Amino acid sequence: MSEFVSFKIDGKQCMGRAGEYITEAAERNSIYIPTLCNYKDTAPKASCRVCTVKVNGRVMTSCTTPLQEGMEIENETAEIQDIRSGIIELLFAEGNHLCPSCEKSGSCELQALGYRFRMMVPRFPYLFPVREIDASHPRLIKDHNRCILCKRCVRVMKDEKGRSFFAFYKRGAKLEITVAPELADKITDEVAQKAMDVCPTGALLRKRQGWDVPVGKRLFDMKPIGSEFEQVK
Amino acid sequence: MSRKITIEPVTRVEGHGKVTIHLDKAGEVSQSRLHIVEFRGFERFVQGRPYWEVPVLVQRLCGICPVSHHLAAAKAVDVIAGAGTGDGLTVTGDKMRRLMHYAQFFQSHVLHFFHLVSPDLLLGVDADPAIRNIIGVALQHKDLAVQGVMMRKFGQELIEVTAGKKIHGTGAIPGGVNKNLSIEERDRFLKGADPLNADKMIEWSVAALDLFKDYYGKNKETVDGFSHFPSNHLSLVRKDGALDFYHGGIRAVDSEGNKIIDYADYQDYTNIIGEGVKSWSYMKFPYLLSLGEEEGWYRVGPLARLNTCDFIPSPLAQKEFEIFRAHTNGKPNNMCMHYHWARIIEILHSAEVIKELLEDPDLQGTDLVATGERKDEGVGLVEAPRGTLFHHYNVNEDDQITMCNLIVSTTNNNVPMNKAVNFVAKAQMSGQAEITEPMMNMVEVAIRAYDPCLSCATHALGEMPLEVTMLDADGNEITSRKR
Repeated sequence: MSEFVSFKIDGKQCMGRAGEYITEAAERNSIYIPTLCNYKDTAPKASCRVCTVKVNGRVMTSCTTPLQEGMEIENETAEIQDIRSGIIELLFAEGNHLCPSCEKSGSCELQALGYRFRMMVPRFPYLFPVREIDASHPRLIKDHNRCILCKRCVRVMKDEKGRSFFAFYKRGAKLEITVAPELADKITDEVAQKAMDVCPTGALLRKRQGWDVPVGKRLFDMKPIGSEFEQVK
Repeated sequence: MSRKITIEPVTRVEGHGKVTIHLDKAGEVSQSRLHIVEFRGFERFVQGRPYWEVPVLVQRLCGICPVSHHLAAAKAVDVIAGAGTGDGLTVTGDKMRRLMHYAQFFQSHVLHFFHLVSPDLLLGVDADPAIRNIIGVALQHKDLAVQGVMMRKFGQELIEVTAGKKIHGTGAIPGGVNKNLSIEERDRFLKGADPLNADKMIEWSVAALDLFKDYYGKNKETVDGFSHFPSNHLSLVRKDGALDFYHGGIRAVDSEGNKIIDYADYQDYTNIIGEGVKSWSYMKFPYLLSLGEEEGWYRVGPLARLNTCDFIPSPLAQKEFEIFRAHTNGKPNNMCMHYHWARIIEILHSAEVIKELLEDPDLQGTDLVATGERKDEGVGLVEAPRGTLFHHYNVNEDDQITMCNLIVSTTNNNVPMNKAVNFVAKAQMSGQAEITEPMMNMVEVAIRAYDPCLSCATHALGEMPLEVTMLDADGNEITSRKR
């Protein structure tokens, strides 16, 4: 049985299991720490850095930092919020995120965090990278304009043998997601739909079906991101 | 050596018109042109996008009639998705789209009549520009201004429950719609508290028509004679010849009412319509191929629709239609200012259709989407408030758009608007040394009758950013006014 430890988030006394990640422990204590790359029941990656907190004065990613007795965690301080806001703004500035015509609008976690952090316009100049959309797969479209390289799809979308449907391809600024060639034929409409749901943005879309969820019933239309944790008291 | 770089036009601005008036050596107006200096580029930048994204993407062309673009694109995408050409949808899908569309007609026409035109009618075309606007109307005719606002609210809120949002909704999807109308939503519009219910909208539509007829009775000569010239007319009509804003075949009649085309399949529009270009405008000049570029230009919009259809399928509007047609002895009406008359009859018709649809239990159906065999090309046509709207897309085997061609309503009216400007310029400005504000407004009145989309800016509050330049026979500028 796990050892229980006590810790504090923004001065609030909390309890958690030693060794679990700060993000999970915070949620169980009704505190939301925003993440983009993190996904339920999947090993964390800490690629997006949105979950940045200060632990005993040091900047850490909460999704990969195991909980220890007596930790003093800063989550919603002005400094941390500004760091997170800056990271989100960087993601918007680095890609081509055109929400008005994106099918994930309303269900997009990046957009939802933009709203949460009340982002009006990024403090950084837009890069407007020239990126193609890859529609060559019969069930799935990859829109690299919207990919934030969080690697969720690589870590979550696996076949029955545990092989990833997706992989990173190329390097540096040209890094992109690709479909594993040997598994391309195994991507059905259902797999494509799940990949679309797993992607925190609109970078992965299943084909030939669009906007079937009406405005008002999209993921974040009624409940802002994080509210499912914050409202549990 | 120095070099001058000019960036013109400034892109992605809305509603900027430019008029040039050429004078001959005697000081008479020889030619006038309405220049559209906007450049939007939608036809290019949708290339590469997946086809099912188009109804949501392309409607961003406009914030006033996005529903029309949404539905024209959706109809084209229906064809690509294998759901047929407008008549292949499920009953609920078809009627939900119609409700969305007629609500759009209602609010757009109301906005035009009450907010944009009524200042000219109620306060006079030569009234002080400081009061010749909707605020001036509100101060002097409070009840009327409230009616205009509430009627538009009714239409916009009806769009919201069908499309998901008042502006730029997502309701129409390939092969159908993504929601039906709940009983609660229906009752809100059918039995809503006064004045926001369908019966009140019909009552107020009749009152708006009476207002115009009263004005017309007192200003008959001005209204009839203002920019009156013959033309062909084009619109969609239902198979039985009825007025239909959402679906039908293409009908064109000449200025005497003879049918040039009747119930032509719009999938074949490239064999019916040609698109001319001029060096002085970014807007294309459509024409009927069978008549050629010189003779084949036509009007679209409310006036054209009432000139092409045989009847209006709603009782009150049909009675008004009969009066309208009797005015020109059953022949097409070629009087520019009668666009307003036709537009208000369409407001009444829209209100009647909205009520009829709201009472239809098919709107509570759950079969929302039709499917079929995927195709590589689709054309979608609807009657937008300002006239016939063409959307045409080709897609590749990977489902990406490879070609897009849009002929928007205002483009169809390009030649008539130029002729209207020329008509007014000759009447008002020949032999004049200076362009006065009332003269400027007369040009605007002529353009405004067509409710062009370049006047999106007028929808902000009353005045179109318009530049009028007068040139002498050698092309030198004599005088110019800008606002």
